[in-house]
Amino acid sequence: MKILVPVKRVIDYNVKPRVKADGSGVDLANVKMSMNPFDEISVEEAIRLKEAGKAEEIVAVSVGPAKAQETLRTALAMGADRAILVQTDDEVEPLAVAKILKAIVEAEDPGLVILGKQAIDDDSNQTGQMLAALLGWGQGTFANTVEVGDGTIDVKREIDGGLQTVQLKLPAIVTTDLRLNEPRYASLPNIMKAKSKPLDQKTPADYGVDTAPRLTTSKVTEPPKREAGEILEDVDTLVAKLKEMGVA
Amino acid sequence: MTYDFDAWRARSPYYDESHDALAESVRRFVEREVEPHIDQWEADRQLPRELHKKASEAGILGLNYPEEFGGHSEGFDIFHGMVVTNELARVGAGGLGASLMTHGIGLPPILAIGSDEMKKQIAPPVLAGDKIIALGITEPSGGSDVANLQTRAVRDRDDYIVNGQKMFITSGVRCDYMTTAVRTGGDGAGGISLLLIEMDRPGVSRTALEKMGWHCSDTAAIYFDDVRVPAENLIGQENGGFIGIMRNFNRERLGLAMGCCAFARVCLEEAADWARERKTFGKPLAGHQVIRVKLADMARRIGATQAWVDQCAWAEQEGKGQPADFAMLKVQATEMLERVARDAAQVLGGASYLQGSKVERIYREVRVNAIGGGSEEIMLDLAGRQLFGGNR
Ligand SMILES: Cc1cc2nc3c(=O)[nH]c(=O)nc-3n(C[C@H](O)[C@H](O)[C@H](O)COP(=O)(O)OP(=O)(O)OC[C@H]3O[C@@H](n4cnc5c(N)ncnc54)[C@H](O)[C@@H]3O)c2cc1C
Repeated sequence: MKILVPVKRVIDYNVKPRVKADGSGVDLANVKMSMNPFDEISVEEAIRLKEAGKAEEIVAVSVGPAKAQETLRTALAMGADRAILVQTDDEVEPLAVAKILKAIVEAEDPGLVILGKQAIDDDSNQTGQMLAALLGWGQGTFANTVEVGDGTIDVKREIDGGLQTVQLKLPAIVTTDLRLNEPRYASLPNIMKAKSKPLDQKTPADYGVDTAPRLTTSKVTEPPKREAGEILEDVDTLVAKLKEMGVA
Repeated sequence: MTYDFDAWRARSPYYDESHDALAESVRRFVEREVEPHIDQWEADRQLPRELHKKASEAGILGLNYPEEFGGHSEGFDIFHGMVVTNELARVGAGGLGASLMTHGIGLPPILAIGSDEMKKQIAPPVLAGDKIIALGITEPSGGSDVANLQTRAVRDRDDYIVNGQKMFITSGVRCDYMTTAVRTGGDGAGGISLLLIEMDRPGVSRTALEKMGWHCSDTAAIYFDDVRVPAENLIGQENGGFIGIMRNFNRERLGLAMGCCAFARVCLEEAADWARERKTFGKPLAGHQVIRVKLADMARRIGATQAWVDQCAWAEQEGKGQPADFAMLKVQATEMLERVARDAAQVLGGASYLQGSKVERIYREVRVNAIGGGSEEIMLDLAGRQLFGGNR
């Protein structure tokens, strides 16, 4: 079985994003970028399946700017076998990505696509689901545990009430949640090996997909600053205060 | 363009994408496995053993050690070592690099002059993070005058019997092995041997030392009271230990100098962030000329020192490293850090005096850099002697 793992280059999860002065978006100039953390979990899961003999090949895909090559190299250094960069400088929305991935799935014929449940930049949580719909495949989202069987995959999902297990027929779509695994760190020998693994360069046009945004961002603002708290003397004052605010 | 911790490397001819990728990988490791726990480990006065195991699995412990012992050296150049030092320093607690990487001083003498038997027995568990090895040179009677050390090992048939004391030993509380400098012969450097001592031998005892900084690094005084050590534990030739000690000095000093640049960058980053946020007299601190000049001055000192670090690293890699250069480089780096830590503390004001800030910790750790691994006075005297002559 071949596994396709889409990875996105996003603002690093440790960076405190700053909103551009004109409110048109987040300022990405000189900001550290890295692989979406959920995608690291996807790559790790694919590698574990390969190590367990459940898969033969792992193909990492990224849709994004030329610099997304670095993200793909990270996936290759972790253990993916080859990579495809679909290069575009447009801001890509989930639907466009899902359409591109559908075309890649048709060309590559993987048995499993493992995506992050969401990317930490726009938190859309849509690409995996859209891809499943476009392909007409089963989907196991928010995976906490996966088990590949004979032509099937069991996905234990993280849902509000607890965990839910679904069984899907392969080929299928899985999206990863935080607790699925702990991704490994790329070591120097693997980083060096990754340099010589194949990385194909494509464009959305190669797949006949128009990536022009369908959504318009009207305004981006910083979350409101937390006001300093007030320490009250006793419970009576608290109750009075809550009543005054109309919440009790 | 604004200042950030990583910008320097992008404009250096010595670093390429492989260094960036390794830096990224080590940074992830530090963010996930270290940062959430570092305050606790500082309070515990030691690192947990699992961290060594995890660092081994992440490819950090074995970097630039032979594959046959579980290390990996494929594709390694000296600048990969530099980025690892840089990333380990970024958490702003010098004890992390000192104690997690003590094998960087303890193991090289064994690999350089030890027997094949010993290499096979010691290196794999150390590089796997299962065992901890320390280096014991310094004694209570003095660390600078290494050639005069007092701990004695006397041959008794197939054993040596060791008596004496070591002082300031990094990872000394936890270590399983110590590469130990002992006197087997007459006075001076020609009477010194290196002996591998297992810490569970009868007659070995140790006491933890409380320090100004490097809190998460356990440091010990170690006592030997008629400790019997098999003669096979001799590392290299009898009375030929001094070479084993000296051989590692260039790299150790280079690493320390690189660490100083990284700690200084942390200080500058903290100070610059603060100066942009904090408002006094109606504008951000960075808007006051005195403060932004201070910041630029810090950046200038760091940049100049880093450039020399990189150049010395290159020379070492090419086999052209001169001990005098590394001795002077170390002084350059520690004086630079002393100044930058001071200036960062001034910019942060009272906040720098509160425990828990990186600058507060680094400020407390300035001295250990200036004293350990060869003090500033000894370094400059060594360079002076080599460059300008004049015997002892
Ligand atoms: C936290 C920490 C960790 C350490 N870890 C280790 C370790 O793992 N293994 C190990 O072996 N050692 C370790 N050391 C010891 C360290 O290497 C010594 O502290 C250092 O070499 C200085 O020795 P000393 O402290 O005995 O000072 P001394 O040698 O007594 O020197 C005291 C002062 O006098 C100056 N001085 C000495 N001689 C001269 C001279 N001839 N001319 C001018 N000035 C002179 C020195 O520069 C210094 O300023 C550690 C030290 C510290 C603080």
